[in-house]
Amino acid sequence: MKDIITLAVESSCDETAVAVLKNGREILSNIINTQIELHKKFGGVVPEVASRKHIENIDAVLEEALTEANITLNDIDHIAVTYGPGLAGALLVGLSHAKALAFTLNKPLVGVNHIEGHVSANYIEHKDLKPPFITLIVSGGHTHLVEVKDYGEYEILGRTRDDASGEAFDKIARAMGLGYPGGPIIDRLAKQGNKNAIDFPRAFLDDGYDFSFSGLKSSALNYLNAKKMKNEEIVVEDVCASFQEAAVEVLSKKAIKAAKEKGYDIIALAGGVASNSALREKITELGKENNIDIKYPPLILCTDNAAMIGCAGYYNFINGRIHDMSLNAVPNLKIGDR
Amino acid sequence: MKILAIDTSSMATSVAVLEDNKLICEYIINTKKTHSQKLMPMIENMLNISDININEVDVVAVCEGPGSFTGLRIGMATAKAIAHVNKLPIVGINSVEILAGNMNLCDKNICSILDAQRTKVYMGQYKFENNELIEIKNVDVVEIDELIEELSNSNEEWILVGEAVYKYEDKLRLVDNIHIPAASHNVSKASSLCSLAMNKYNKNIGVYDCYNINPIYIRKSQAEVEYEEKMKRLNDGK
Ligand SMILES: [Zn+2]
Repeated sequence: MKDIITLAVESSCDETAVAVLKNGREILSNIINTQIELHKKFGGVVPEVASRKHIENIDAVLEEALTEANITLNDIDHIAVTYGPGLAGALLVGLSHAKALAFTLNKPLVGVNHIEGHVSANYIEHKDLKPPFITLIVSGGHTHLVEVKDYGEYEILGRTRDDASGEAFDKIARAMGLGYPGGPIIDRLAKQGNKNAIDFPRAFLDDGYDFSFSGLKSSALNYLNAKKMKNEEIVVEDVCASFQEAAVEVLSKKAIKAAKEKGYDIIALAGGVASNSALREKITELGKENNIDIKYPPLILCTDNAAMIGCAGYYNFINGRIHDMSLNAVPNLKIGDR
Repeated sequence: MKILAIDTSSMATSVAVLEDNKLICEYIINTKKTHSQKLMPMIENMLNISDININEVDVVAVCEGPGSFTGLRIGMATAKAIAHVNKLPIVGINSVEILAGNMNLCDKNICSILDAQRTKVYMGQYKFENNELIEIKNVDVVEIDELIEELSNSNEEWILVGEAVYKYEDKLRLVDNIHIPAASHNVSKASSLCSLAMNKYNKNIGVYDCYNINPIYIRKSQAEVEYEEKMKRLNDGK
């Protein structure tokens, strides 16, 4: 059978990314132009600043991806692009570019859900992984527990009722003046702290599959304020470790519970927070106790990238799910929506 | 030589193809539907009916701004991708010049305006001299009342052109030396963009490729403005 070459474009937040894949799971190139440094001074991603950077960089990133993959645009079989969820202005740069590429090259266009992309990062890393399985999607914008029934077929079991897990990490990091983005900094500092130092609350919400991180966040912010008021020393490492432990314990236990109750023996982690070392350790430990295999993508595929979009797009493509030129960005696109 | 032109700087989406000195096709949709929904289907449709293959296009012309930030980027991303595939030159023309181009050969002074939100407009001033569009005042963002004041105090006759005219029509109608053209001239037109681009391309002015052309916003993002104000306050020790 002839190889299928996918060109994928991703611009939903603050990375401009283009990737080339062979047969959906083999990366030929995966170029990520990150804007983290640019947004640091604002303490978070500024949509207009991100969009301006995307339009400046997109063609250079595309060319680099083609050069590294050692192919030309004419070798491509289809184009995959993120059309949601994400920042509207940012999404529209990649989407408009990809649509015009597809039109000019006369190749099929496949719109991809960014979150489904994160899940698909696991297919690239674990060549034998096939649906069905349970996936825990954790990032700055999302916290979802999902049943992957088939390629491109999802059923949401639970989601956060307030803050996303990654958002809570960012806010606590900001409150302690640790900088942006907060997740990796907390992860690093927590390694030197005592995770049992402070007893932060765990929200199990009547044992369902939904999450809530606002209680944990407020509790941590109150703790910091109280310490400041009393002029007591804050052991940043202990706060990081205890906060992280509380978040990670809820995430891990709920994912294990879902797998057991739904009868699955695989859980795949996805999203930026899937690179958190404490989450990986905790859920792997619980997985061993329950005979559940825990999978997660390598760090480079946890952050936003286009390879994961290409993989999800490949499965959409071979299943005939393609889009026409009227495809628009959907900033609040839900997982499983078409 | 065929030029494909794209203008998404205001609410209207406009595309056209000019072949040498002949306008082959033009398509304008001036509704609230997003540029993202309108632009590519319009290009696809227009080229299809006109029996033009996208690969026959030699030059891409695009409105580089100022105007709606997101709109400009949709047009620019589209122009860049088409140019990228076929390694074409891209000619950028600013939005106020395109509007002035609608008033080809008129003997009055021309002031083009585009909505810049609240009571501000993007503005440029032009006149035709010896069949050429001459810039009187460089593109800028100004308060509409200050602009009206300035124009009414001048001893010239002015044509005010652009979609934003309708937002301030009541005020503009009160000024004797300000004239508003018919609706057909008050919308950004890709045909006008084509002609200006052809002229520039032949003179090799404002010719870019997909890597080095970018929108002209005139204004910084709100976050940058606020950040600079904050830094200024800190430096002033307040
Ligand atoms: Zn993401």
